[in-house]
Amino acid sequence: MIAILSAQDQYLESFIDDRFGRCPWFIKIDTVTNQWKAFPNPGVDHPSGAGVAAAQFVIDQKAEVVISGDFGPHAAKAFQIAMIEMRLFTENIVTVQDAVEQFQSNKLPKFQ
Amino acid sequence: MQIAVASGKGGTGKTTIATSLALSLAGIAKVRYFDCDVEAPNGHLFLKPTFSESTPAIIRIPQIQTETCVACGRCVEVCQFHALAKVGKNILVFPQLCHGCGSCTWNCPETAIVEVSNPIGTLERGLAPENIEFFRGQLTISEPMPTPVIRQLKKMGHPLPNTTDIFDAPPGASCSVVETLRGVDFALLVTEPTPFGLHDLKQMVGILRDMNIPAGVVINRDEIGDNGVETYCSAEKLPILLRIPFDRQIAEGVSKGKTLVDNFPNYSSSFQQLISRIQEVC
Repeated sequence: MIAILSAQDQYLESFIDDRFGRCPWFIKIDTVTNQWKAFPNPGVDHPSGAGVAAAQFVIDQKAEVVISGDFGPHAAKAFQIAMIEMRLFTENIVTVQDAVEQFQSNKLPKFQ
Repeated sequence: MQIAVASGKGGTGKTTIATSLALSLAGIAKVRYFDCDVEAPNGHLFLKPTFSESTPAIIRIPQIQTETCVACGRCVEVCQFHALAKVGKNILVFPQLCHGCGSCTWNCPETAIVEVSNPIGTLERGLAPENIEFFRGQLTISEPMPTPVIRQLKKMGHPLPNTTDIFDAPPGASCSVVETLRGVDFALLVTEPTPFGLHDLKQMVGILRDMNIPAGVVINRDEIGDNGVETYCSAEKLPILLRIPFDRQIAEGVSKGKTLVDNFPNYSSSFQQLISRIQEVC
């Protein structure tokens, strides 16, 4: 499964970022092979519409699941229509690696 | 002549000054009052107009014609506000992010976009005592964009000869204030002699210099705080056109919907002198 997570920096060991639209980095990872790559968030500097710009990026990357601290109404609507699953970080998660592992063991709650 | 009453800092007395100015001039000239603080208009509490006309403030938002749209994504690319997204063969429109600029419609190679009116507020016109023509804009709660409402409100009254238009500006120093100031002949900056008042006064002066609009200062709650505003005004050659003391009776009047000149009719002549000084500058 292709997952995209919001992160504060560009490594697997980086801290997660609870903000979806305004996170500086996205980590894209294949949760089966663990192959990954970091991308700067194209929406981070936009004065408005950062969430939609970030969502468009995630959609264009053909992600199947997106993991962050929360999702704004615009991004959430785009993901629902794109049928991309939204999952949330839990309190014990510090790094991107933690979040990936928690996702792999199906411990991340769904965004409603 | 068009005069904006602005401040930067909120609660310095913009509406107190703007309404008193309107009332002081009403006997001697034609006055129109525009409440441009569309997120929290309150001039009507003091001038007590009767509204006779209400029209919606709108922005034009795109509507995708799905029969002709080929989902090329050109509209998404050109929208600098990210009000559009492409999901597979669908183009999603987010009306609250749309600024109504029309770039998507203009750039669509398939002419698959039509524009529809999206109401975001109301524009009202009425008459207040003393024959003051009163205009009020109001942004609908939960709508995020006040500037189109202000723009359309100002358009309700084209500048007229021998008429003084008073624009009561919103607080702050952001887009709404700039939209209110655009095209005015003079800006009356209401401040208070405190570090906070001075900080925001400087921001306003910066904006006005960029926009090439002459300005003068009203010091409200004079004699509180410090002399920072005074020093700044003399260094920047900003005329101090009026001083209003810190007086409990003024505040009590305002809390009951009585403007400064209702409470203290003597101020009328001060406001008339203030206008004469503005006319000298403009």
